[in-house]
Amino acid sequence: MQPLGYQTLREHMRARSAWKPAEYLIWLIPIAAWFVLPTHLSLLSQIAIMGLFALSLDLLLGYAGIVSLGHGAFFGLGAYVAGLLGKYGWGEPLSGLAAAALVAGAFGYVSSFLVLRGTDLTRLMVTLGIALMLSEVANKMHWLTGGADGLQGVAIWPVLGLWRFDLYGRVGYAYAVAVLFVLFLLARRIVHSPFGQSLRAIKQNERRMHALGAPVMRRIVAVCTLSAAYAGVAGALLAQTTQFVSLESIGFGKSADVLIMLVLGGTGRLYGALLGALAFMAMRHVLSGMTPQYWEFWLGAMLVLLVMFARGGIFGLIDVLRARLGWARA
Amino acid sequence: MVTVLFDGIAWGTLLFVLAVGLSVTLGLMNFVNLAHGAFAMLGGYVTVVMLNRFGVPFLLCLPAAALAAGAAGVILERTLYRRLYEGASHLDQVLFSIGLVFMAMALADFIMGSQQQIVHMPAFLRGQVRLMPGVEVGAYRLFLIASCGATALVLHFALVRTRFGSRLRAGVDNARTARGLGIDVERVFALTFAAGSALAGLGGALGVEILGLDPTFPVKYMVFFLIVVAVGGSGTVTGPLLASLVLGVCDAAGKYYLPQTGAFIIYAVMVAVLILKPQGLFGRAAAR
Repeated sequence: MQPLGYQTLREHMRARSAWKPAEYLIWLIPIAAWFVLPTHLSLLSQIAIMGLFALSLDLLLGYAGIVSLGHGAFFGLGAYVAGLLGKYGWGEPLSGLAAAALVAGAFGYVSSFLVLRGTDLTRLMVTLGIALMLSEVANKMHWLTGGADGLQGVAIWPVLGLWRFDLYGRVGYAYAVAVLFVLFLLARRIVHSPFGQSLRAIKQNERRMHALGAPVMRRIVAVCTLSAAYAGVAGALLAQTTQFVSLESIGFGKSADVLIMLVLGGTGRLYGALLGALAFMAMRHVLSGMTPQYWEFWLGAMLVLLVMFARGGIFGLIDVLRARLGWARA
Repeated sequence: MVTVLFDGIAWGTLLFVLAVGLSVTLGLMNFVNLAHGAFAMLGGYVTVVMLNRFGVPFLLCLPAAALAAGAAGVILERTLYRRLYEGASHLDQVLFSIGLVFMAMALADFIMGSQQQIVHMPAFLRGQVRLMPGVEVGAYRLFLIASCGATALVLHFALVRTRFGSRLRAGVDNARTARGLGIDVERVFALTFAAGSALAGLGGALGVEILGLDPTFPVKYMVFFLIVVAVGGSGTVTGPLLASLVLGVCDAAGKYYLPQTGAFIIYAVMVAVLILKPQGLFGRAAAR
């Protein structure tokens, strides 16, 4: 039995996943930034890295609807894996990323069974608790991680054996953007696949998916693992481009930051994560340049306003505007 | 051994006063308020300013701190929190209250500076008191246990014996049915929210001496409050009280006997309890 027009459904999904002209333009921005802002390349590569991190959370929260207050755990885990590899003699960057993805993904796989239980509230607290445990471990294992001083002496070999990481951050930036682009393509493919569709359906109505006979638990475990691996790669990128891992990279602050970025940009649309990271980092750069200590106040005020008036984030606002102007999406 | 136990109990009773408001917020309105610690911080700073700058007696500072935090609670509840009861997800509530925490921290830093605040306790709360021959305990900790214990007793009777208490319990058990019976659950909640904030303010004022006070206070102790709620459940006084005492004793013992594990153990306990008994160890099953 084939449910209502299998062929039509396939065409519909293919049409939805086709590249739109605006998307090509978006990916010209990082290339243009290279020429326009050559003195800010280290900030730009941080934006790309945080964009990837926010993307990983979007897979989990935006598509599968699983809340997490502890996503920084995977980021930090990836950062420490790549950093420790670099410190103890294996500085090859791409395999470092792969190792970070493996370790973070494995941890995500194991912890997903804890996340599967309970409601949103329990999930929030369990993810927070797990992240805090991990950050306490990193803090106390001073002999391995350097504790509060951070992990120093990370040596990373040239990318593909050709490009050495330079002081101006040129190679770091190109490397981060390239990794972001490849993983974005993969994530884009995944969310438009039947697997991605089933995640959305789980988010909309988990009970109905159970009733339809979909393997809800297996899907959630899969997306938790995938999202954790992505976060691990983001952390590893940060460790490799800065050749340093701080305790902050695994702390509660990172988990809160990434959640704010994603919500600021808009969940469940991939580009929201990138835009949110860009807006957040740019805002932090400008505001903390003006008042170094008090930028948190403006961040807090922005969050309150966002929740009160613009739950969809920046992209949500754009949608509202388009609807008002009569350009509603087809 | 006795000292550790005693310190733990003092910390636990203080924690109870700090966190009991949150257990009601979470239990009654199902609202995740990560900004609870900010009210405690407000109470702490009110005490520091009144005591150190204006020389107000410490015992008078306590009600003032509670009043200030309670007033802040009423204002924020009426203007902001109530908009998020209906239609907002837990995630929205988390983001909103994190936003409040960030603002409170930056404001505290701006007004009071980022250094640790020190209060000068009156003479009768300093030094040691001999309870039995050979057992000496800190006078301030004894005071903490007495005052927080009294608060817990008052709360227990208010919850069990008064009409307001029975309305509150009805609201926690099943808000819908309570509304159907003509109980104005929103009003009950607003009053309870104010009371919970005031208690947090009182706890913050009492805690300056043993917890310290600086702008990171709300984040530093947020997890402790959440653990009390997670383990103690909501809708009773005894649940959070037992949870606070267990947590306080465990934390004190852990710091004393196993300092190298740090806070790891209590986080692990929290996760374990949440996974095995999501309604809390001592709580009644929440309605929603």
